[in-house]
Amino acid sequence: MISQLTVFLENDKGRLAAACRVLSDAGVNLHALNLADTADFGVARVLADTPNAAAEALRAAGYRAMVTPVLAVRVPNVKGGLATLLEFLDQQSVNIEYGYCFSVNPEMAIDVLKIGEAEGIEAKLEEAGFATVSPEEVYQLDC
Amino acid sequence: MYFQEEIETMPREQLRELQLERMKKSIRHAYDNVDFYKKSFAEAGVTPDDLTCLEDLAKFPFVVKQDMRDAYPFGLFAVPKKDVARIHASSGTTGQATVVGHTANDIKNWGDCFARGIYMVDGSADSTVQVSYGYGLFTGGLGAHYGAEAAGCSVIPTSSGNTKRQIQMMVDLGTDILCCTPSYALYLADTAISMGYDPAKDFKLSAGIFGAEPASENMRQEIRDKLGIRYCDVYGLSEVMGPGVAMECSESHGLHLAEDHFFAEIIDPETLQPVPDGTYGELVFTTLTRECCPLVRYRTRDITRIINEECACGRTHRKIDRIIGRSDDMMIIRGVNVFPSQIEQIITGFDEITAHYQIVLTDNGPLDKVTLNVETVPEFPIDEIRKLEDLKARLGAELKSNLQIKVDIKIVEPKSIERSEGKAKRVIDLREGKH
Repeated sequence: MISQLTVFLENDKGRLAAACRVLSDAGVNLHALNLADTADFGVARVLADTPNAAAEALRAAGYRAMVTPVLAVRVPNVKGGLATLLEFLDQQSVNIEYGYCFSVNPEMAIDVLKIGEAEGIEAKLEEAGFATVSPEEVYQLDC
Repeated sequence: MYFQEEIETMPREQLRELQLERMKKSIRHAYDNVDFYKKSFAEAGVTPDDLTCLEDLAKFPFVVKQDMRDAYPFGLFAVPKKDVARIHASSGTTGQATVVGHTANDIKNWGDCFARGIYMVDGSADSTVQVSYGYGLFTGGLGAHYGAEAAGCSVIPTSSGNTKRQIQMMVDLGTDILCCTPSYALYLADTAISMGYDPAKDFKLSAGIFGAEPASENMRQEIRDKLGIRYCDVYGLSEVMGPGVAMECSESHGLHLAEDHFFAEIIDPETLQPVPDGTYGELVFTTLTRECCPLVRYRTRDITRIINEECACGRTHRKIDRIIGRSDDMMIIRGVNVFPSQIEQIITGFDEITAHYQIVLTDNGPLDKVTLNVETVPEFPIDEIRKLEDLKARLGAELKSNLQIKVDIKIVEPKSIERSEGKAKRVIDLREGKH
């Protein structure tokens, strides 16, 4: 499991920019950002190099921000990479709340998934040949 | 502990006799010295001699806020200029400002009324009282100040604003009792917490006397918990005197009226007839001792009821319940009468959201659109959109079932709702031609 930064934003002009500026001013670098929006609010989910410090900086600036554990899996950057992973999780009866993917290089992508209760799923993934991503690979350990 | 035991615990019959004696004198004083009363009594076909018992008061005409505006500045003064010791004014936000004068005796009586409340929260000459109401034309600051002095306390007149410095004073000088608006008390508590204090543990504070704006029971509880204090509600209005007209004793079940200085009636705002004790209606005051600006049947626009019960604290003066609304603040939304306090009561019943909220009224074609801005508590799992949507749905349903109107819920970022340094602006009415 890795730590993802989650920020609550009003669905209004400039809110995301303002939040990103706070992070930038706090010296936080972002690796991935995914935005879920509803009619009047949005939730930004971010992989940052220092997630705990980032959440702290945002809270100090008056935002609602928290750190959420998510599953990150390295998959080959080929057709069916994500499908294979999702099928395996389905076989294990793991619920997925949301997810997003990003390519790291032409050979490799990282799939980030927020999953429901699933004890020991990382070990099972490793056993089945999937490469889970450890925190150190994505960000500095700042907690 | 009582500040004026003999008066505060006077047997009811004796108190009523005192009220009648003073009422006769006061109505005569108003009639003899203020043209307005001569004229309004004549129009109603009454003279001061028609008052032979307290019930006879119902024959007399009312005074409304507009009468005070029309009499601006000195039309309702019943004493010569040389006897006027101080003048307060209410803000003119809803029209022409109104001024109210006080003689030296008026100011002394006012101090006594407020001092009773200080004793209700176990204050005494040993207490340090911090007055964080605004000082000036507004009666809050000076009213609490003179009350605390009358009780013999050490008074710190910080006035409102400059919150961090207020907190520093509170810590350094060992404030026992805080006087301010409830929203400012909450703001002080939150600021102290953000400065790293736990006010409930770190502060010497034992009680607070809060008034001048409505506060729901949940908001009161939040103030009690965060500051670790006893909460005393104070009622007052500048037209009648200022804070201290009624104050809440330690039984926390209603505010004792200062019945030796004020006679209270509750009337039906539609029929203008007095209603029985326990029924909600508009509070009407007749002053019994005011020299400069005596009032006969002043309609306060405040909605409350009389709690007629023997109080365990030993005081015999009748109590009024919490003010549940003001006809001035009453919003008419799609034809439904709504008080901001009703909305506050509901939202503070939700643990997931903070006590800060704002109601925004806009036009939606011919219909009124109501948006309620709220913020989640820091612990809320904002990562789960379903939980946010569920919160909105539940809050909306609760409001709909209580108010009979649809309210759009908007969850906003903290601090987009302005924190108050004085009276909280809870309602923003952007409807065309309705404000």
